[in-house]
Amino acid sequence: MEIAVLLKPVPDPAQYDKIQIDPATGILVRKGLKTVINPEDKHALEAALQLKEQHGGRVALIGMAPASAVETFREGLAIGADEAFLCSDRAFAGADSLATSRVLAKAINKAGPFALVLCGSTSADGGTAHVPSQVGELLGFAHLTHVIQMEISPDGRATVRAKMENGYRESRGRLPLVLGIRRELNTPRYISLMGIMAAQGKPVHVWSLNDLGLDKGKVGLAGSPTQPGKLYQPDMKRKGEVLQGEAREVAQRLVGIFRSAGILG
Amino acid sequence: MAEKRLAIWVVVEQNQGKLAPVSIEVLGQAVRLVEAASALSGEVAVVLLGDQVEDLAEELSAYGVDQVYWVDDPRLKHYQNDSYAAVLQRLVEREKPDILLFGATGAGEELAPTLAARLSTGLAAHCTGLDINADGQLVMKVPAFGGRVLGEIFCPSTSPQMASIKPGTFTVTERRVGRGEIVREDASSLLFDEDIRLEIMDVVQFEPSGLPLEKADVVIAGGYGMGSKKNWGLLEQLAAELQGAVGCTRPALDEGWTAGEHTMIGTSGKTVRPKVYLGCGISGAAHHVAGIKDSGVIINVNRDALAPAHAYSDYCVTDDAKKVVEALLEEIRRTKNEDDSG
Repeated sequence: MEIAVLLKPVPDPAQYDKIQIDPATGILVRKGLKTVINPEDKHALEAALQLKEQHGGRVALIGMAPASAVETFREGLAIGADEAFLCSDRAFAGADSLATSRVLAKAINKAGPFALVLCGSTSADGGTAHVPSQVGELLGFAHLTHVIQMEISPDGRATVRAKMENGYRESRGRLPLVLGIRRELNTPRYISLMGIMAAQGKPVHVWSLNDLGLDKGKVGLAGSPTQPGKLYQPDMKRKGEVLQGEAREVAQRLVGIFRSAGILG
Repeated sequence: MAEKRLAIWVVVEQNQGKLAPVSIEVLGQAVRLVEAASALSGEVAVVLLGDQVEDLAEELSAYGVDQVYWVDDPRLKHYQNDSYAAVLQRLVEREKPDILLFGATGAGEELAPTLAARLSTGLAAHCTGLDINADGQLVMKVPAFGGRVLGEIFCPSTSPQMASIKPGTFTVTERRVGRGEIVREDASSLLFDEDIRLEIMDVVQFEPSGLPLEKADVVIAGGYGMGSKKNWGLLEQLAAELQGAVGCTRPALDEGWTAGEHTMIGTSGKTVRPKVYLGCGISGAAHHVAGIKDSGVIINVNRDALAPAHAYSDYCVTDDAKKVVEALLEEIRRTKNEDDSG
């Protein structure tokens, strides 16, 4: 089974409290933040590797990122993917979800054909959750997102559970499919030393705008139907009064606070 | 020639004959936008898809809307992205609304981007603020990096301008008087069997037990600092004493201490605005704080005096959360006994 896994390098979600807006320029300062594989994408990769172990085939990583993100793709190869396709061009910068999906769909077609395209349902940084559906639309594949369970048989039949509020929806269809994966689906494996060594010999293809044959006006900021305006850092700070003393004294103060808020009668 | 009116559509969601609460929250915002941009003489329509949902069409017509576009067909009984997107695409291409709003539920997070891709237009996800500017453009405020940053988004050159809103982002506004026109659409001209590539086999929804987090006056939230499932039980006892509900952070959920994902608070979980929020052993990552920032009083107990949670609190306690929760339980039980005997 030929499987593409869409991989997005993101700033480490554990460090988002360090992100600031430069008051002078209004531009986001994200210096010094480590880049990691988008957490849900690891679950997509795990699902792909399990399918490959069952049915054979190959797992290709596909993503759009600056060339400096090649190490993040190398990490995906160390986890077990066979090769990587990194779409990297200055023209791709500032893309919204639709302009990003155009690049990804083109790369999937060029690197494919694939029977199955898996990705995380949501990215940790932008977090729109649009990409699985939009890539599916642009490829002309049926698609589902928020996937928490799936069964795919070698003859291409698929049964997929997608999470909904307090429950799930189960659908049946046939490959090809694009599926947006949630973390509930599986537990990603760790990187082994063998994996890291093997990754050094695996191919990483870097594709530019010209390599993909895309129109400059359809990608990046220029090709994005949504355009960004001002950035804000919401001020959520409060007075932060410190309650001091023994636990029992603190508890008495807390009961007082509850009471004045109309709780506890 | 009469100037074109600003048409705002809300795509509502129904599951098994019940409206999703977020649909009413979004509808409230649409009505507010039209009222705020009175110079544009706008109108609000809702789009309802389903099977035998006439009563919902009636219900929706009373929410201060001008029209209810109602498409009824057995193939629309359950949400499914192919069928729903096909119907919506044909309706939108025919009526050309200016703005299209969705609830960002599991279904909405699939349907909205699907439709945006089909219409080659812009979609802003999880808006926390919507406004119409002086040029008549929709200004959509969206969170990024787990709510650490908010950015404005515009959709200047394509139509419709599309936005999704997460459940609980806005409170429900008063139900308006007046009656919108119900426009029953002919499903056979909007949906064809070949539109549908996936077949819905089963839809399972359960009623979570206990008081829903978003309705509780007191939310006791626990994080990784609670330390164990046993300690977590203290939070449940405390919530019971206060007639509140227990919420959690992602790390606590991952430890398996909690009642489940439906109790997670934050940008990828619930938004709560209780009278009192008590955070126990929570560091205060941006994506959690974004889900509690509108609470009445915010209290945090954390051993680390430098935890970001302290800065987001009205009151904070630098101590072991388990110890403080135990003392608080004891104190509440003692005062209740006094009240009973007094």
